Amino acid sequence: MGVIEVHRLTRRFGLRTVLNGVELTVQAGEFVALLGPNGAGKTTLLRILASLMRPTMGRVMLAGCELPRQAAAARQQLGFVSHLPLLYGNLSAEQNLWFYGQLYGLQDYRRRAAEVLRLVGLERRSGDAVRTFSRGMQQRLAVARAILHDPQVLLLDEPHTGLDQDACAMLDAVLRRVTAEGRTVLMTSHDLVRVQALAGRFDVLSRGKICASAHADALGPGGLPGFYQQALEEEQ
Amino acid sequence: MNRGRAFGRAVFALVWKDLLAELRSLEVISAMLVFALTVILVFNFALELTPRLRAELSSGVLWVSLAFSGTLGLNRSLGQEKDRGCLDGLLLAPVDRLAIFFGKALANWLFMLLCLVILLPVLSVLYDPRLLQAGVWGVALLGSLGYVVVGTLLASMAVQARTRDVLLPILLFPVLLPALVASVKASSGFLLGLPGNEISPWLIVLIVYDLIFLALALFVFDTILEE
Amino acid sequence: MRKPFGLKILDGVTLLAFAVAVALVFFYAPLEAQMGAVQKVFYFHVAAGWTGMLGFVVAAVTSALYLITRNPRWDGFSVSGVEIGLVFMLINIVSGSIWAYPTWNTWWTWDVRLTTATIMELIYLAYGLLRQGVDDPERRRRFAAVYALLGFVSVPITFVSIRLFNSIHPVVIGAGGEMPTMAFTPAMQVAFFGSLIAFSFIFVDLFWHRLLLANWAERVDALKARFEDVEGGMK
Repeated sequence: MGVIEVHRLTRRFGLRTVLNGVELTVQAGEFVALLGPNGAGKTTLLRILASLMRPTMGRVMLAGCELPRQAAAARQQLGFVSHLPLLYGNLSAEQNLWFYGQLYGLQDYRRRAAEVLRLVGLERRSGDAVRTFSRGMQQRLAVARAILHDPQVLLLDEPHTGLDQDACAMLDAVLRRVTAEGRTVLMTSHDLVRVQALAGRFDVLSRGKICASAHADALGPGGLPGFYQQALEEEQ
Repeated sequence: MNRGRAFGRAVFALVWKDLLAELRSLEVISAMLVFALTVILVFNFALELTPRLRAELSSGVLWVSLAFSGTLGLNRSLGQEKDRGCLDGLLLAPVDRLAIFFGKALANWLFMLLCLVILLPVLSVLYDPRLLQAGVWGVALLGSLGYVVVGTLLASMAVQARTRDVLLPILLFPVLLPALVASVKASSGFLLGLPGNEISPWLIVLIVYDLIFLALALFVFDTILEE
Repeated sequence: MRKPFGLKILDGVTLLAFAVAVALVFFYAPLEAQMGAVQKVFYFHVAAGWTGMLGFVVAAVTSALYLITRNPRWDGFSVSGVEIGLVFMLINIVSGSIWAYPTWNTWWTWDVRLTTATIMELIYLAYGLLRQGVDDPERRRRFAAVYALLGFVSVPITFVSIRLFNSIHPVVIGAGGEMPTMAFTPAMQVAFFGSLIAFSFIFVDLFWHRLLLANWAERVDALKARFEDVEGGMK
């Protein structure tokens, strides 16, 4: 059984159908990149997996918990990074982590906070207000926040948005470090080049369905753009 | 009672977080105080009060300025959560949705009380020294409690609307009216030294209001946060 | 998209009932001794108030039902209830004003029922503004339902607090006390209940019409959405 299992997931907004019978399975330790054009429903899918949204129909299992029924239990096992930082600008990095640590009921919060700050390379700025951070630093802190409670699953929604090359590279380094610990990762992205270096598997979401899937080794270096184009064309 | 402890811990963390953040920026309190003081000043000139009238109207002035400045505070307080996506952060955590409501309402209440700590002495100097008495403080506590309970509920909705800033006062004031009236009448009752049996009906109205809306909030808050 | 037969009948019955009520009020009920002709406003004033109240109650109950069942049909009922209540409450307030002027030489009296009616009207209007301000349809329905409940619960407390206020502060200018209740002759009773019944018919009739309107609007939206899907699908 996969860590993430999605069967016939459908989500409607009023009269619009955004997700139309999505099938997705992610095994433990996999790093899956979810690709697709704008409006394909990537963010919606991720938000449903993050228990922030309810499905209209279908079955969603995350870390053995059924969503949305067992959402409370699932939340302990998932971390979410979106393109908004989800951080309080007026608080320091350390205070932000303290806050989330309290919400997740962490016992040894101090040790863990120091650990994740070191992991994302922000240990020297821990006392500074987050609003003084650059966007790249905020995203790295967001990742720290997301893994603070050591979740099994990490969900990332276009985390590279608004970052320059250096910041992207730093974020990638952080992501590699984080996933080396055996976490399961599902990341949506627009940036094919970036994603090819990170993920082990690529799924394409188009018109509310997963229309194609390929493993990194099967594609070979530089094979992703071609695969992606072909997947979209076939959908037409 | 592990859930209870988690609940309490979440509420405490939320309140502490709001206080810490406010300490650094003073966004919420400064907006509220400046606005309230301005309103009080405007009343002074707009109403041309004789000393006697001033004494009688002071509780009205207090509650009107509090009611209006409160909407600024509520909008700021809940706007902060919405704008940087922080509300998502709260919803992602394994905390009871109700803890979010309690935490926010409690923090808002503390902000309001902090403003009162500054406003009441100022008003007592400008308008009527009798404002500084235990009874008036008591009414302030009860009245502001009702205010933040209903206000936090409605502000949670208003910040998710397009017409956010305009909407909150429009939603809030008609529903808040009984609490406002009761607070004013009870405060001025204490101010003018009226007998207990004339003040108590107002206190009862206030307490009933607080209890009813607290109970309603428990039922209804979950649905406001859903997606 | 045709008007159901039952509604056509109801339209006729309602018109008839209203005609009868008007006739009763103007030709059957006697002229009141003290106030004269203006007292006739009273019949419509109270009936409108009753209907306005009914709309509010319907909205509150169906809002609660919506929150429990999440069936959008209930929300349609709530909106209809609010809109109709809004109009009738306005009639109630304005007619109260018309009644007040010749009687006490003032356009407004802080009578507890009139004041509460005005506050209810404001809550209705706020409901409308809330709906306007929320774009997502599902969220709009949810928020509106919550507000309808909150508003509804606040009204009795408002009524009590204003009555308490008025009992302590009899305002000398004009009224401020209650609207006087007058002696009811049997003929006046007939006119009174006649208008009450007529207005109730009007309420149900308008309510049904409004529901139909909401249904048709939804169907148009669905067709539009399908059309846009087809158009947008051609990339």
